Amino acid sequence: MPEVLRAPLVVEFPFTRSLGPVQSAFLTGLRERVVLGVRTTDGRVLVPPVEYDPVTADELRDLVEVAPTGTVTTWAWNPHPRPGQPLATPFAWVLVRLDGADTSLLHVLDAPGPDSVRTGMRVRVRWAATRTGAITDIACFDPYGGAPAQPSGSTGEFADPVTGIVTPARLDYTYTPGRAQSAYLDALAEHRTVGERCPQCRKVYVPPRGACPTCGVATTEQVEVGPRGTVTTFCIVNIKARNLDIEVPYVYAHIALDGAGLALHGRIAGIPYDQVRMGLRVEPVWTEGARHPDHYRPTGEPDADYDTYRELL
Amino acid sequence: MSKEPVAVVGIGQTKHVAARRDVSIAGLVREAARRALDDAELTWADIDAVVIGKAPDFFEGVMMPELYLADALGAVGKPLLRVHTAGSVGGSTALVAAGLIAARVHGTVLTCAFEKQSESNAMWGLSLPIPFQQPLLAGAGGFFAPHVRAYMRRSGAPDTIGSLVAYKDRRNALKNPFAHLHEHDITLEKVQSSPMLWDPIRYSETCPSSDGACAMVLTDRAGAARAPRPPAWMHGGAMRSEPTLFAGKDAVSPRAGKDCAADVYRQARITDPRREIDAVEMYVPFSWYEPMWLENLGFADEGEGWKLTEAGVTELDGDLPVNMSGGVLSSNPIGASGMIRFAEAALQVRGQAGEHQVEGVRRALGHAYGGGSQFFAMWLVGAEPPST
Amino acid sequence: MTREIAVVAFAQTDHRRSTDDLSEVEMLMPVLHEVLDRTGLRTADIGFTCSGSSDYLAGRAFSFTLALDGVGAWPPISESHVEMDGAWALYEAWTKLLTGDADTALVYAYGKSSPGSLRDVLTRQLDPYYVAPLWPDSVALAALQAQALIDAHETDEPALAAVAARSRATDNPHAQLRGPVPHGDYVVRPLRTGDCPPIGDGAAAVILAAGDRARELCERPAWIRGIDHRIEPHSLGVRDLTDSPSTRLAAEKAGAFERPVDTAELHAPFTAQEIVLRKALRLDDTVRVNPSGGALAANPVMAAGLIRLGEAAAAIHRGEADRALAHATSGPCLQQNLVAVLEGDPR
Repeated sequence: MPEVLRAPLVVEFPFTRSLGPVQSAFLTGLRERVVLGVRTTDGRVLVPPVEYDPVTADELRDLVEVAPTGTVTTWAWNPHPRPGQPLATPFAWVLVRLDGADTSLLHVLDAPGPDSVRTGMRVRVRWAATRTGAITDIACFDPYGGAPAQPSGSTGEFADPVTGIVTPARLDYTYTPGRAQSAYLDALAEHRTVGERCPQCRKVYVPPRGACPTCGVATTEQVEVGPRGTVTTFCIVNIKARNLDIEVPYVYAHIALDGAGLALHGRIAGIPYDQVRMGLRVEPVWTEGARHPDHYRPTGEPDADYDTYRELL
Repeated sequence: MSKEPVAVVGIGQTKHVAARRDVSIAGLVREAARRALDDAELTWADIDAVVIGKAPDFFEGVMMPELYLADALGAVGKPLLRVHTAGSVGGSTALVAAGLIAARVHGTVLTCAFEKQSESNAMWGLSLPIPFQQPLLAGAGGFFAPHVRAYMRRSGAPDTIGSLVAYKDRRNALKNPFAHLHEHDITLEKVQSSPMLWDPIRYSETCPSSDGACAMVLTDRAGAARAPRPPAWMHGGAMRSEPTLFAGKDAVSPRAGKDCAADVYRQARITDPRREIDAVEMYVPFSWYEPMWLENLGFADEGEGWKLTEAGVTELDGDLPVNMSGGVLSSNPIGASGMIRFAEAALQVRGQAGEHQVEGVRRALGHAYGGGSQFFAMWLVGAEPPST
Repeated sequence: MTREIAVVAFAQTDHRRSTDDLSEVEMLMPVLHEVLDRTGLRTADIGFTCSGSSDYLAGRAFSFTLALDGVGAWPPISESHVEMDGAWALYEAWTKLLTGDADTALVYAYGKSSPGSLRDVLTRQLDPYYVAPLWPDSVALAALQAQALIDAHETDEPALAAVAARSRATDNPHAQLRGPVPHGDYVVRPLRTGDCPPIGDGAAAVILAAGDRARELCERPAWIRGIDHRIEPHSLGVRDLTDSPSTRLAAEKAGAFERPVDTAELHAPFTAQEIVLRKALRLDDTVRVNPSGGALAANPVMAAGLIRLGEAAAAIHRGEADRALAHATSGPCLQQNLVAVLEGDPR
């Protein structure tokens, strides 16, 4: 078996999240070193405050301040902090019921080791030095020996409230395309286009995807197709795509390579964009180091008759 | 044992906009759900189960967001299902919810669908940098434009048809307070002179990117009897799927769409959809899909759909109004767009569509599709209960 | 009266740490063929198809559309997909069969955890405002739950180790982790490597059939006597982590408490979660729990719940069980739970 193709795939985006009134108040409060909860219709105080009562589904809006001190209700010692987590040194994950609250908040506790952590221990918020209105404005909790702290008397109304947050998220994957696609990609490296034939319907799939999608069986027999083909349909792109270094206008076409059972997609060049037509005969143009053809150009052959490719549209 | 009839007794949607910066994701979905409950004059306690749908999780960057949404949707202690069938998901979600009632598993079900596209960027979510792949060369419209050209070639439709659809849908949207685009100064000339993005598709012939949600309360016969307003009755519903790309695929008029419509018509005992269906809400993200779907859904013979559009048949005051709400061309919260079609069809037969109500609609079709024109979901609703 | 519906065939892959030599559809297709072969059905004979998977595992949007290539959806099929564990796909298919719209259903699920870092990926399931920005990983959350159980004197570390050892003593040939496995160091205390599920790739498929069709297709159908699922609040801080009221309620609705079961397949990815589930489901020592090894022996995310249903059914098919309970879970610390009760006809 040839070596498995693999490459990193980074899925990363800074998501922009609007907050709504309750979450806005809570996160703004954290910025101002105030912890807010929300009172339910039956008088419980939920911290962190949620917009909707988990028991009754009531809409909740009655904000109430609680203390920055509280009690650990359960914990877990994390010896190996992971990227993105609040502390880079070993710490405890904790659920903390803040004084004045009836529910617990998930955060982390900075402690010297697991032996210094227990359920029922008292803790206090350590505020982050710079605060923007985010859950990370609580840097962590610290062990705390004193009496319950008093709320500051905040009304829950703040100047310049935070109404949205940006939550960047990056996940790292290793992409492997699998057997059929790997074989296809390996052949492309030699500037050959190799599809696979379905053992049942005998159609040739380019690129092959491991299965004949109409028969639901593995395609196996490798078949070289092209290099020439026919433009079955196309559009003229007049809008510059992000991350794509192609001057507009250009032609984006469906191309049925000779011998293939369906069309693949490619760019047409070497001809004015307004002269591209359905039925145009084309061939691939490769550039050094690129895995896929850079574009397709006219071969100069007469156009294919509509009936020869109408089934491939 | 026959199926339990399914009735729509509550409908809610948000005002669709480019960015709802005043609400959280939960707040957005909740707003539609609350409106549907209010319409049905029901409370959270009256709901037996919740079925929610949306398009890819990457759009909001929350994996399986229904877990986080359980509290907001009053689903705690109840069954909660999450459907994802690409662009058709709003329709499929409603059908899964209807199935729970038809099977007599539950009496009253809340179903909702949403997309909060402003949390990210749909083109990012749709074109993650998968290694080894040829980069997407053309953007969203470029994916569909070649199929439109194929349709034009096949049908001989004049290239003005797309503009007519866009002009109609945007004018209809002016009568729908929930529609995203309200282009008060729209003229046909403006549509026709808008930039050609992906020739043959103009800018004005494409859908916007919206934040929005839609919800419906579905119930059984007993629930319908208690409803404060006239229900819409489901007369037929079906889903059909075919592969994304395959040898012999007809991307202009996919067989899955034809088969899906045929199944719905069979259930609803419709033999001549053009005569027997009074109004249609169909999923038209690019204007040219109206004539294409008119053919695919059996309202016109192959190659003839554009003639209905050209003759004004699909106008609000036409013989077969299409997308009275302004359609996807005027509002596109992707995951919700299919459910909005279903809900708007139901509003019409309930006589509750307000300014964009068509007089005397007895039977209406809601249509959704997605993926590479491969996933289809449709329902036919009527003002009368289905005959058994 | 409601329609009788049964699981008539089940297949799963040999679960592996990585299937980097296969695409998702290449991994999935053999199990689809296996359930079809076992029943003699072809895709065209299937009345409804439903699948479960997650884009976030694969790291690409619409990943389920590629998997559909393995089904052979031509002519077009009646089909749906849930972005949930395949157990919920089975639930949707069960409702479809109940309506009488279909007599047979193909249900499948797959998950490749190997391309990403599963612990990090699953953090994206959490409240995106208050919790996900802290990146609390799945082991950390399960460890908070385990500590709550220890504090409540409902278990201790040796008891958890015993759950792990019993699970991996399975003779299940598909298991990824089998036999004596060192209990290892703390990953997040109190959970050690042995308390955590293996990370890996896999797929599973089930065929459902109604009434006489089920009897034609299977010698001893596993009749679904009841199936129900319930969800709890999302936030861990408002839940009692030592209990699973949603599991109990689903079990009640599924009729699990009407008569004792002889076998239970529980979807408890972490040892401590088995303690919670046993309590909620009132399972005593007479019940064989997880003869398949459960999720501690193989945990292909998005398929592991469906596999519990399949394993319970297969035990009935083989005559090793007469009344079995199957459970599936989703979300952090058992937020959402599904329970099914399966029975074989008297022998």
